[in-house]
Amino acid sequence: MTPTIVFPLMVGGLYAAGVYLLLDRSLTRVLLGFLLLGNATNLLVLSAGGPAGLAPILGYSDPQAFTDPLPQALILTAIVITFGVAAFLLAMIHRSWRLARNEAVGTDEEDRRVAARRAPDADELDPDELAPDDRIAGHADSLPADLEELADDVDLPTGSGTR
Amino acid sequence: MIEVLAPLPVLLPLLGAAGALLVSGHPSFQRALSTTVLSAVLAVSVVLLFVADAEGASSVSVGGWAVPLGIVLVVDRLSALMLVVASTVALGVLVFAVGQGAADGSEETPLSIFHPTFLVLVAGVSNAFLAGDLFNLYVGFEILLMASYVLLTLGGTAARIRGGITYVIVSLTSSLVFLAAIGLVYAATGTVNMAQLAVRLGELPAGTQVLLQSMLLIAFGIKAAVFPLSAWLPDSYPTAPAPVTAVFAGLLTKVGVYAIIRTQTLLFPGGALDDVLLWGALATMLIGILGAVAQSDLRRMLSFTLVSHIGYMVFGIALGTAAGLAGAVFYVAHHIAIQTTLFLVAGLVERQGGTTSIDKLGGLARRSPLLAVLFFVPAMNLAGIPPLSGFIGKLGLLQAGVAEGSAVALTLVAGGIVTSLLTLLAVARIWTRAFWRSPNQSPAEETAAAAAAASVQRHRPASADGAGSPDGTASPDGPARTALQDAWRRHTAVATAAEPELPPAAGAVRAPRPLPRTMVGATAALVALTVALTGLAGPLYGLADRASVDLLERTPYISSVFGEGEVP
Repeated sequence: MTPTIVFPLMVGGLYAAGVYLLLDRSLTRVLLGFLLLGNATNLLVLSAGGPAGLAPILGYSDPQAFTDPLPQALILTAIVITFGVAAFLLAMIHRSWRLARNEAVGTDEEDRRVAARRAPDADELDPDELAPDDRIAGHADSLPADLEELADDVDLPTGSGTR
Repeated sequence: MIEVLAPLPVLLPLLGAAGALLVSGHPSFQRALSTTVLSAVLAVSVVLLFVADAEGASSVSVGGWAVPLGIVLVVDRLSALMLVVASTVALGVLVFAVGQGAADGSEETPLSIFHPTFLVLVAGVSNAFLAGDLFNLYVGFEILLMASYVLLTLGGTAARIRGGITYVIVSLTSSLVFLAAIGLVYAATGTVNMAQLAVRLGELPAGTQVLLQSMLLIAFGIKAAVFPLSAWLPDSYPTAPAPVTAVFAGLLTKVGVYAIIRTQTLLFPGGALDDVLLWGALATMLIGILGAVAQSDLRRMLSFTLVSHIGYMVFGIALGTAAGLAGAVFYVAHHIAIQTTLFLVAGLVERQGGTTSIDKLGGLARRSPLLAVLFFVPAMNLAGIPPLSGFIGKLGLLQAGVAEGSAVALTLVAGGIVTSLLTLLAVARIWTRAFWRSPNQSPAEETAAAAAAASVQRHRPASADGAGSPDGTASPDGPARTALQDAWRRHTAVATAAEPELPPAAGAVRAPRPLPRTMVGATAALVALTVALTGLAGPLYGLADRASVDLLERTPYISSVFGEGEVP
């Protein structure tokens, strides 16, 4: 039995295309990427069974000439799982489209909010009780100089994550 | 006896799920059914633990196929202990969810779907703990993941779909890596039976071993949320209903940790990647807890501490000594209970205060002293205040690290102490703001304004580019403020892009709802369990010690599957 180059090429190509699609922000492409990756993995498991042989049916062929049936059983299970998950993902994409008219991966707003918080958390400080000069200007160094003065004058609510 | 009992933790919930689907029209019947099933699973698990502790590991060949061919379920001390802790918290969470459903109706948590899915989740978790076969472990993971997808997106609101999509895609990727690893393991060894693999993997060339080990560790590391594979967790967990987040936080990551323990001890005992794991553990601890300190939302804070404390378990595993493993096993048991409890308390806080944002909460200690106690005890336990079980677990791990004595281990000991102190800081912040601060100190007007602004923004069409100016409606304070905000928004363009799609949970404060007795009772029971873990720490730690000796010896596991004879 000569080693075949077809399997590695197919598996590698499918993985490359699948990863490329998976990295997209559009969910439909992510789904397609997942399907490609699933198939690539199934082929990988199939090739793990060694060279191809006769159908593994007792009485039909010589057991010595069988293809290894175990990877096929594993793939069958994996196909069913992939199918179920793909159906669920499709339903989620549809739901996302119905809710937001958008099928891209969403942003984690709370995370952005935390990242964008202007002031350090002044747990113990109630800004309203402080003299205006002592109030936290918050990230003043990231703002232009005139706006920095503005921050003191305008009396923004500090210490809270909300705007 | 074990032949009959071992499959039950998988079978009972699956049959129960089928039953719960059949009677989905009768909620009271469904509640009774799923509670009974989970109680039965708990009882079976306790028996299994006693048998496994008395007689050592044992295995069952499912379906009557001979050992290397058929699927085996292996009950050893570790898996039995995991089963007991998992089914206990699952039962507690189920009772909590029943209480919530009884109080709220089915709008937020459609219980007719919740019950069967929850039972399937428990079946998947049990299957993963019992699997003596790499592929069966994969199937167990898939069962619990499928159930978790449904639970996480229960009700299908926008926020849950957004968080759920991240979770589903990340989980899918980890499953594919796992499946590919199984394929490669099979190609290299010709078996997927873990006991057989334990022997055959050792005969492979070192490079192949490292490849297979790292693929498995990546797959399990994603599930266990080990840094740098942990970013998905704080993004997707907090949006789910309280009981779902609680059970996810408690169980799902720990299934990953359990799989890492098996990989590191049974399959690849050489410790080739221990250093990588040690640094991963350090990064998980520190980065997780720094994230937790920065959060202003209770649930997100808890999600970050969850990630952070996974680091402790990985630390114990990566030490590779019996003391380290014992500490890790004890810490897993402790952490399952404590993290579930805290998320349930967060659910109660949300009901009582109307939100989980600590900027808006206040005065909870006066309004509900019971809730304050329910939060305070597990929070101190999480931070590791003596004499609670969190302290015992951390002490065990730190001692194991000092005993190991290498520079890396000592660095991790220092990192562990810092993490523990920062955890204390994070929970103390929650405590002082949400519980101690008098309600009028919380910026109520601001909150109302923010809620109004958020609701205005939500009615505007979502614009994807940061150039859109939602300020026109959102800032009534005049042009000066708008100018400042604009400057700031240019500074954080990404944040601006997200602004118009504020999820309702972040902006709006709901009217407080009463705390139903069942929910408080379930939470109190779990708090009592975490305190009891302190009292039972001696026997539990003894069990963890024996389990870790078994794990390092490996022979109990292998001979439970193949008998004393030669492994084929």
